[in-house]
Amino acid sequence: MTEIAAPRRASIAPRRIPWPIVPFAIMLAVLVAMTVFAPYVAPLDPNQQNLLARLKPPGHVARGVTYLLGSDELGRDVLSRVIYGARVSLSVAFASVVLSGIFGSLLGMVAAFYRGWIEIIIMRIVDIVLSIPAILLAIITVAVVGPSLYTVVIVLAFTRWPRYARVAYGQTLSVANMPYVRLSRFMGAGWPRLLGRHILPNIAGPLIVVATLEFGLMVLFEAGLSFLGLGVQPPTSSWGAMLSVGRNYVATAWWIATFPGLALFLLVLSINLIGDYTRDRLDPRSR
Amino acid sequence: MSAFFLKRTLQAIIAVMGVITLIFFLQRLSGDPTLLLVPQNATQADIDALRHSLGFDRPLVVQYLDFMRNLLSFDLGRSFVQNVDVTTLIWSRLPYTLMLAGGALVVAFGIGIPLGVLMAVRRDKPEVRPMMALVLACQSMPTFWSAILMILVFAVWLGWLPPSGAREPASLIMPSIALGMLSMATFARVSRTAVLDELEKDYVRTGHAKGLPMRRIVMRHLLRNASIPVVSVGALEIANLLAGAVITETVFAWPGLGQLTVQAINARDFLVVQGVVLLGSVTAIVLNLIADLLYSLIDPRIRVGGDTA
Repeated sequence: MTEIAAPRRASIAPRRIPWPIVPFAIMLAVLVAMTVFAPYVAPLDPNQQNLLARLKPPGHVARGVTYLLGSDELGRDVLSRVIYGARVSLSVAFASVVLSGIFGSLLGMVAAFYRGWIEIIIMRIVDIVLSIPAILLAIITVAVVGPSLYTVVIVLAFTRWPRYARVAYGQTLSVANMPYVRLSRFMGAGWPRLLGRHILPNIAGPLIVVATLEFGLMVLFEAGLSFLGLGVQPPTSSWGAMLSVGRNYVATAWWIATFPGLALFLLVLSINLIGDYTRDRLDPRSR
Repeated sequence: MSAFFLKRTLQAIIAVMGVITLIFFLQRLSGDPTLLLVPQNATQADIDALRHSLGFDRPLVVQYLDFMRNLLSFDLGRSFVQNVDVTTLIWSRLPYTLMLAGGALVVAFGIGIPLGVLMAVRRDKPEVRPMMALVLACQSMPTFWSAILMILVFAVWLGWLPPSGAREPASLIMPSIALGMLSMATFARVSRTAVLDELEKDYVRTGHAKGLPMRRIVMRHLLRNASIPVVSVGALEIANLLAGAVITETVFAWPGLGQLTVQAINARDFLVVQGVVLLGSVTAIVLNLIADLLYSLIDPRIRVGGDTA
């Protein structure tokens, strides 16, 4: 999408990674590292309250403790909560992408491979689920099942699998009739071998592109659901929930909402940039 | 031609039925749908009585047909929490959401399309880079964060605009921008790609050869051809705007459908949530259908191709 698409001449030599990607890739790596090592990186316990140090601005020092990004309405350290919030964001997004990716790809492949009524049923369901705005589907599902970390993952996976199914379906259709696949079938290969060994490796590229772009969307969805109170429940720190609280203190304590929002923005921005880049690399037809 | 229309309309009807079925079964998934409907302080006797009066103790098939029949007569049930018909509730909030979506659409169309065209026409110029950066930023900006930042800057610090509510016309400005930003980025990207595709066509070269100024080539010839993908994305974006309004309305305390939904979830007012979700989904399906039909009207080749799924 950026400036990579213009000249065609460099198609044989490996293209250099365009410079704007690098800082964002590093940022993403740092965020992931922060997630993994949250207990060592975070200066304070994210749930430790200090009612004497409520709503203090960034840089505030109280009893030998520095609140680098300020403190929230219960005197908890905003920086520590942002770091722990990354954990929730990334793990929910990762789990839902993996879950919906596997489920959707498998169904899409099966639909294209078997054709007939299986194809009709699966692809009709894909159309239906895709036609419901994802956030509405998520809202009603959470309203029925009740909010929790696991519900969010299941709900996100449930609303997003058709994206993968559609791509896997289209790709499998074009691969399934290739001579080598027919030959392999003729030689007696069963469907697990055909799908796993011969078809999946050939359709993995576009699926990975979808997964990368979906990842950013999943981060936003999780934050959105938590913002509405339908996601991760307090006291677990989540960026969406922090923003929701921060909204009420925007006039008096701007830092509560600003920093988790900034973290969210930077995370999604780097994922989108890297996603665009992988798409340009793996799928030259799309611009 | 009419075969395509018919087939596509039939598909849309099947999708609507599918959505209704999905929501019906989701409701039953929770075990006892009565529990979704009663206020939190209801006694067991209340629950049993309600279950019977709503017919939840009847066979599933009968309930399903009943559910369908009620929807066909636009009966979305009655909110037990607010003691009002759900249809009435939705009707009272709908104008606000439409107003907000309209404002957002003005932002998205009005900025997104010129921006996209400009980015394509001047693709190699240095001034395009900050535009690309802006589009990318808008695309990654969570609505609720940009909304809070705007409140902070324009309402709290500068005091130019009201922070929330819908009392004066100026209240519409910030919610529209917050909601429209993401769609703006989408429109910019789509129209950029569409114009880039068209720029390589022969008629553009002919125009240059004739000595037409670039402005005239773009305005007179190119935009019409490039508008096809934009129209189709446009209809989908309207559906996205209606769904995105849930969050925007919550941040700005805008009294539309989104706020109604969130309040209903917190009050465990399930029928209201269900009504809004049904309305939103059906709207999305209808808009999708309109996009496909429009698309085929503008570009007859699509009807020949047939497959739109």
